[in-house]
Amino acid sequence: MAVQALKDYKFSPADAQEKFHGAQLLYVGWDEHLMFCAPFAYCLPPNTLFSDLCQKFMAHSFGYHPDWKSVDFSKVTWLKSGQPWQPDMSKTLAELGLKHKDVLRFQTPGLKGINGTCS
Amino acid sequence: MDMNVKKKKLGLKEKYAHMTRGLDWQTSYQPMEKVFPQATFEGIKIHDWDKWEDPFRLTMDAYWKYQAEKERKLYAVLDAFAQNNGHLGITDARYLNAVKLFLTGISPLEYVAHRGFAAAGRNFPGVGPRVACLMQSVDEIRHSQTQIHAISNYNKHYDGFHDFKHMLERVWYLSVPKSFFDDAFSAGPFEWMIAIGFSFEYVLTNLLFVPFMSGAAYNGDMATVTFGFSAQSDEARHMTLGLECIKFMLEQDPDNLPIVQKWIDKWAWRGIRVLSLVGMMMDYMLPKRVMSWKEAWEIYFEQNGGALFADLARYGIKVPECLTQCTEDKEHISHQAWATFYQYGGAAAFHTWMPNDEEMDWLSAKYPNTFDKYYRARFTYWRDEAEKGNRFYSNTLPMLCQVCQIPMLFTEPGDPTKICYRESEYEGEKYHTCSDGCKHIFDDEPEKYVQSWLPVHQIYQGNCFPDGTDPTAEGFDPLAAVLDWYHFNNGHDNLDFEGSRDQANFAAWRGMATKNT
Repeated sequence: MAVQALKDYKFSPADAQEKFHGAQLLYVGWDEHLMFCAPFAYCLPPNTLFSDLCQKFMAHSFGYHPDWKSVDFSKVTWLKSGQPWQPDMSKTLAELGLKHKDVLRFQTPGLKGINGTCS
Repeated sequence: MDMNVKKKKLGLKEKYAHMTRGLDWQTSYQPMEKVFPQATFEGIKIHDWDKWEDPFRLTMDAYWKYQAEKERKLYAVLDAFAQNNGHLGITDARYLNAVKLFLTGISPLEYVAHRGFAAAGRNFPGVGPRVACLMQSVDEIRHSQTQIHAISNYNKHYDGFHDFKHMLERVWYLSVPKSFFDDAFSAGPFEWMIAIGFSFEYVLTNLLFVPFMSGAAYNGDMATVTFGFSAQSDEARHMTLGLECIKFMLEQDPDNLPIVQKWIDKWAWRGIRVLSLVGMMMDYMLPKRVMSWKEAWEIYFEQNGGALFADLARYGIKVPECLTQCTEDKEHISHQAWATFYQYGGAAAFHTWMPNDEEMDWLSAKYPNTFDKYYRARFTYWRDEAEKGNRFYSNTLPMLCQVCQIPMLFTEPGDPTKICYRESEYEGEKYHTCSDGCKHIFDDEPEKYVQSWLPVHQIYQGNCFPDGTDPTAEGFDPLAAVLDWYHFNNGHDNLDFEGSRDQANFAAWRGMATKNT
């Protein structure tokens, strides 16, 4: 349903990709690790290597958690928009087909957060 | 000879008729629909504005008298509070953070409500609601002023009170209440009345004001209690206006029902999301607790709100569907919200902390189904780490909901171990929401929410640094630049309560008032 308005109601989106100076938004959440209250938002160039995302950016954000050092990326399962997804660590975000404002979740079987409470 | 003496005074009923309904006129130079262009575009059909009933029958002259009396009493108490160092009478300096949240998050909204009701009063063709909206508009600016005056006493002594107006338009968590009112104000006058007059002032107001005012009373904050009392009698009038407005719309035309129902569904959900902030205030920020958020929700929403919806059922109004979710959420949202502020406490204009053992036991007792199972281990871990000098501050910006603008912290219905993700696509662009309720609102009016000013995205676009900042300069610290742009005193307004200037000053001043050393 359209907005009821007195005049033509048309505005460009506030977060179109061209407003991010060549970068794109990517959201990443760690399932069953609610110590991080929400998924993180990253603003990264499309030529960022997926391995850099994991080893640099995510390590910086998630590294406080005692489970982080046990994360084995060869066993991690990924979801993109809630659907199973398989990245290639050696490829870039663009090569993997990740678009502006895509959302990824990663699952680390066997790791259940602080005292197994998914924290 | 007997003279027929004219009565000098009008009766109340006559006075009301002359001083409200009698003020109306039909335009002659311009057609009425051009003078009141906003009266029809929302699709609400009104056939007879004279059917509007004003239960208070208040006229402007009486209004000024009542309000002046309230002001005199209020300012006498505030003067006494200031002269007697009333700020030292509060239970604990942690309490001040609840007042900071109120001043920055609520008081500026009173001002927006003032503007919104002034606009609604201008835009309704019926004189009854016009006068009622005018009075509410004046009430709202009075509330805003009295709150600012009452709280200004704290600004002399403590951090974080200094620039609420500037902060409202910039700070990430204040975008939550701000966007709520912006959404309402940018709708038509009828939707405004449902959003603010009905959902906010009627359905949810007790969950906002009672916790803050009782919290103030329990914690020795006489300044806040006093403005609360002063506003209370106005609130009764506001609730009546909201209820009268919804009944009037429903009685005027059966076609209005689906539109009104849609607005109730939307605004109940939006209001409940904003109230997450109140939930965490009640359960975590009050040193002396009044009741738990869950108990407040059960009394003020489930019982009182239930009775209201039972009353509206005769018009065909149904309880909003999204509210079934709230029965589950009441056990979680206060803990989830506090966990969020704790980890982003570096970027908040108030202090955060972890509850002590006694407080955790209180939370366990109040939330037997959830606190120990999902939250206690997390909070204990954080507290232990803080004691080791490793206090947790999240170093990356969170993903936000496109509609409520709260970080995506809410969990999946039926599974409190997983974040709830919802996604929509509009004109080739992706949009993310935190819940079915927010997704539904987005999908209904995507053109509106694509414009959302989401603080996280704005920071990444480079729009949240002081003028002249060069983000490419070596050693550029984006967080410090953003806090500077927020007008935060980094290191004083933010971070943990433990070790804060507020904590030290309150202890020193109270010591001077109670000891001889």
